[in-house]
Amino acid sequence: MPLLEFSPNGIFCAQAGVYIDPWKPVQRALLTHGHSDHARPGHQFYLCTRAAQPVIRHRLGPVSVETLGYGETTWINGVRFSFHPAGHIVGSAQVRVEYRGEVWVVSGDYKLENDGISEAFEPVPCHTFITESTFGLPVFHWKSQERVFGEINAWWQENLIQDKISVITAYALGKAQRILTGLDLSIGPVFTHPGIENVMEVIRAQGISLPPTRRLDPSLRRRDLSGGLILAPPAVAAASWLRQWKPYSLAMASGWMALRGNARRRNADRGFALSDHADWTGLNEAIKATGAQRVVVTHGYTELFSRWLESQGLEAASEKTAFEGELMDMAPPEAEVTE
Amino acid sequence: MKRFAQCCTEWEHTPSIHDKRDALVRYFREARDEDKLWAIALLTGNRPKRVLALPAMKEWAAEMAGIPLWLLEASVQTIGDQAETLALAVPPAKEERHFSLSHWIAFVRQTGSLSHQAQQPAIQAAWDQLGCEERFLLNKLLSGGFRLTVPQSILVSALATYSGLEETILAHRLANPWRPEELSFSEFIQFRQPQEDLSKPYPFFLAFPLEEDPEPALGDPSGWIAEWKWDGLRSQLIVRQGRLFIWSRSGELVTGKFPELHAAPDFLPDGTVLDGAILPYKDGAVAPFSMLHARLSRKSLTRTLLAETPVAFMAFDLLENGRIDLRTLPWFQRRQQLAQFMAAIDPDSGLLVSESLSFLDWSELRLLCQEARKHACDGIVLKRKASAYLEGRRKGDWWKWKTEALNILAVLIYVQQGPDRMGEPQMECTFAVWEDRRLVPIAKTGAGLTGMEQEEISAFVRQNTLERFGPVRSVKPELVFEIAFEGIQLSTRHKSGVLLRSPVIRRWHKDKSARIANTLEDLKKYI
Ligand SMILES: [Zn+2]
Ligand SMILES: [Zn+2]
Repeated sequence: MPLLEFSPNGIFCAQAGVYIDPWKPVQRALLTHGHSDHARPGHQFYLCTRAAQPVIRHRLGPVSVETLGYGETTWINGVRFSFHPAGHIVGSAQVRVEYRGEVWVVSGDYKLENDGISEAFEPVPCHTFITESTFGLPVFHWKSQERVFGEINAWWQENLIQDKISVITAYALGKAQRILTGLDLSIGPVFTHPGIENVMEVIRAQGISLPPTRRLDPSLRRRDLSGGLILAPPAVAAASWLRQWKPYSLAMASGWMALRGNARRRNADRGFALSDHADWTGLNEAIKATGAQRVVVTHGYTELFSRWLESQGLEAASEKTAFEGELMDMAPPEAEVTE
Repeated sequence: MKRFAQCCTEWEHTPSIHDKRDALVRYFREARDEDKLWAIALLTGNRPKRVLALPAMKEWAAEMAGIPLWLLEASVQTIGDQAETLALAVPPAKEERHFSLSHWIAFVRQTGSLSHQAQQPAIQAAWDQLGCEERFLLNKLLSGGFRLTVPQSILVSALATYSGLEETILAHRLANPWRPEELSFSEFIQFRQPQEDLSKPYPFFLAFPLEEDPEPALGDPSGWIAEWKWDGLRSQLIVRQGRLFIWSRSGELVTGKFPELHAAPDFLPDGTVLDGAILPYKDGAVAPFSMLHARLSRKSLTRTLLAETPVAFMAFDLLENGRIDLRTLPWFQRRQQLAQFMAAIDPDSGLLVSESLSFLDWSELRLLCQEARKHACDGIVLKRKASAYLEGRRKGDWWKWKTEALNILAVLIYVQQGPDRMGEPQMECTFAVWEDRRLVPIAKTGAGLTGMEQEEISAFVRQNTLERFGPVRSVKPELVFEIAFEGIQLSTRHKSGVLLRSPVIRRWHKDKSARIANTLEDLKKYI
């Protein structure tokens, strides 16, 4: 029996009786990070990194959560578990699983570029690497975040000149903080939708310093926001909510924006290709760095990416999961962009 | 080229005409002079010839990306656009270099003269120094696939704002043959062409829709005259110094599109401006407008097209005679002069004069109005006999009264869009009418929609899709259109049991809700 298997409930370690990021309610769950497709409610016991815990508590309420620091070890029925930085969002981890000398690593979601907020990605040597493949096509090559931030700030500046409010949609956990740290606050004030500000508060409270933001509240009028930039969750940024900020310019920040037409199809004026997932080069580099001979490919372009890995001489398989990649960063209803 | 790529992106991203126009103005302000004319050429559909097909470049991109060909091909399948996939798959340039749009146009042409073998290193080297947007644009230019075209009225308006020149002058310069390689932008802007003042049209006077019954609104019928409301392309035909200029109401110089009328200077005296409509005219009779619509939507005129849909100019007003501006004269005097010299004109000239319809009382006029359809007209225009030729659409002197026959209000329920990446959207809309609180489809057409309307509909579709069936989407039944058609017959093949002949979208009633659309019963009355 393999050390980890893909059961209907999620990734399962039979020897230890625990699941990693299970999508159905289980007894014991190890979580890679706090995104809703990985951290689901309903499990009996949770284990995550110390840095991931505040957000998970914030999202899931009073559940039983234990934590480990990065690199610390816990033994469950002879299986050794440890968390290692994945560089995806604050507290995100790869899970290392070792039993009788055999090592597996579950990547969760990861990116290689150091964003200055998440703990920077560290490759973990292993025999079998379970990798995501959200952007596992050779067309995805990210620009450096400095460059993307430069574009965002230029767009903001341009809107200021045209007296438009800048509205940028970003997932509340991860993307929103990352954009915030890249904004040039000399241009103007930053406002946050409550859905984003709530998460900001949680992250600030755990000792991570973030630039100042102001929560949007009903007392604020269009003129109070002049020259400002609003960070809003994608689901909120519908025409009915946006109307009050006219004139505005709407931008979306997501890896999917690397494709022409994606922003336009969502009625956005601009798209910034900024992702918390690894691009094509990043995925390949990360896999190589693990030294793994066997790779299991999950959420994303699983079939094509595993076929590619095989052509590179690795043993590769693809597995279906309930993880969603970066869809959370995109406005509904046109989430059909991924497979 | 980066700036031009940005302009195209901005154009595509905003649904607002105002913002699109602004994007062009900003481009003209910021672009290098040498590029502006090329940009205008590209945006008006004059793209360089195809140098090579995209599939021929696939291997070169795969080689640079260090990936097997099957993976690149699978990526094309997933992404959907070859030019884009190739641009993205080639690893990012280590150092981007920026050259002008005209540099790259020259590159495209040079590459065209190279052997296939020599093309590879040239194109790979080009990719290696460009950012993604620019690579994409270059791929489109190389493969002849650049299809972003801008309505002339918006382009002219943007150029006018940028240059301070009058729109008619710019439209004139655009309409005359010019080649970006032979002209500089400053020449284009600065050098007045001798005929451009010569070509200047008068602002059009437009009839106001008559919403109420003329009796008693318009008073004594003896002060009024009626004309058929011709269903054609409203235009001014100008002959000055032996040259012909035809202007459409949207401000486009369309002389080149109507070779049938090119002999007009042989028939009309110098200094003549006729107001009228260009109509499809075959075998001595006016044909339905849909025929002309088909011809207008084509980029180039072919012999067959000309043979299938010949046109004539139906004059109904004379604005200038012997170089004298007649617009302040009362209508009946202008009409007299028009009649006088049109009487002498050979009917083979393609120039016709619209008859004036006299009537004794309003009820007689009402009967005339019912008959309009038989004359391939969609109503009548009422003109006050003493009216001067004013400017714009105004209430008071000219009224249009549409026949109600063969026009229905229907609700948009399905939309099918063709490829729209950098391309002109080709839209097929399905319309429905009510039957027992359900909407039954009765017509499918894209004819009659302007590019702008298509864009607006696309924006609506994006937000209001209910379901997808392949390329077809069902949308919330909210948008109401007036559909004109030439006839109706029973059909067992159609769900509604009726078939409309040549449906054309007449008008988008943005102020109306789906509830007021017609019923199937209304429609069946026309059978
Ligand atoms: Zn995630
Ligand atoms: Zn994920």
